[in-house]
Amino acid sequence: MKARVTVMPKKSVLDPQGVAVRNAIATHGFPQVQSVRIGKVMEIEIEGAGADAEARLHDICTDLLSNPVIEDYVLEIEA
Amino acid sequence: MKAAVIRFPGSNCDQDCHYALQHVFGVSTDYVWHKESSLKGYDLVVLPGGFSYGDYLRCGAIARFSPIMKAVTDYANHGGLLIGICNGFQVLTESRLLPGALVRNRSLHFICEHRFLRVGATDNPFLNAAQPGQVLNIPIAHGEGNYTADEATLAELTANRQILLRYSDEKGVVSDATNPNGSLQNIAGICNAARNVFGLMPHPERACEARLGSTDGNLVFQSILNHLGVRAVA
Repeated sequence: MKARVTVMPKKSVLDPQGVAVRNAIATHGFPQVQSVRIGKVMEIEIEGAGADAEARLHDICTDLLSNPVIEDYVLEIEA
Repeated sequence: MKAAVIRFPGSNCDQDCHYALQHVFGVSTDYVWHKESSLKGYDLVVLPGGFSYGDYLRCGAIARFSPIMKAVTDYANHGGLLIGICNGFQVLTESRLLPGALVRNRSLHFICEHRFLRVGATDNPFLNAAQPGQVLNIPIAHGEGNYTADEATLAELTANRQILLRYSDEKGVVSDATNPNGSLQNIAGICNAARNVFGLMPHPERACEARLGSTDGNLVFQSILNHLGVRAVA
């Protein structure tokens, strides 16, 4: 089983990396780009986990892979 | 009095904290490796600065799951004095021992310089030797010191007088111009509601002797000794 976790800074949290990249894109000749938000993607491979694997992955997403104070995550499961 | 300085892989201010406590204040201080599981017999626990676990994932996120952190959490929940400096502050917020989070400096720069800090509340174990409004000169050294929290948390911190230090100018004026990293309300240090856990980005252990340029950091250590009723013997 494979899982993909996408972690993004919450909309309410300033993302200075995203702002810096947006400014670089503008300097690069594409000022129409209004905003960039930078997050991370984690690809996870799981073997032999039971039926509760998805629930356990959600626990890991909130406990470790993302910080709910500043980030949101999306968990996608591939068969 | 006995103090413990926790060492994670990547801690690098552990020796400075040990020096300030052991040599400047004469406090019997042990290093405690992160794989240990007990903090029995300690009156003060310090989570030092550094880059625990290489700051992988998020600063402090992985240190939170070190074996010693269960003992640290139990110790704090039973009222033990706990101070997290810089990366230690990040570990405290990741561990939910302090509210909010520390994110990338708004400038994206790693900032290493002396800053002025305005003291907020002093009715706590960590700043009782200072006066409210007093200005301290203590260095910072971080890339992720931009404190953030939601509005409800910020209102609670304010109402409970948990904001202990704010970045200011040398006269104690707090403004955006004196904010090095974009921290909400210039927050440099907060304590928990129970007032036994203190997290701060500035490094008091780097301002403990005149030859370092400032001795203002000693107010933090002196306050802890005052609180515990201990006289410095160094």
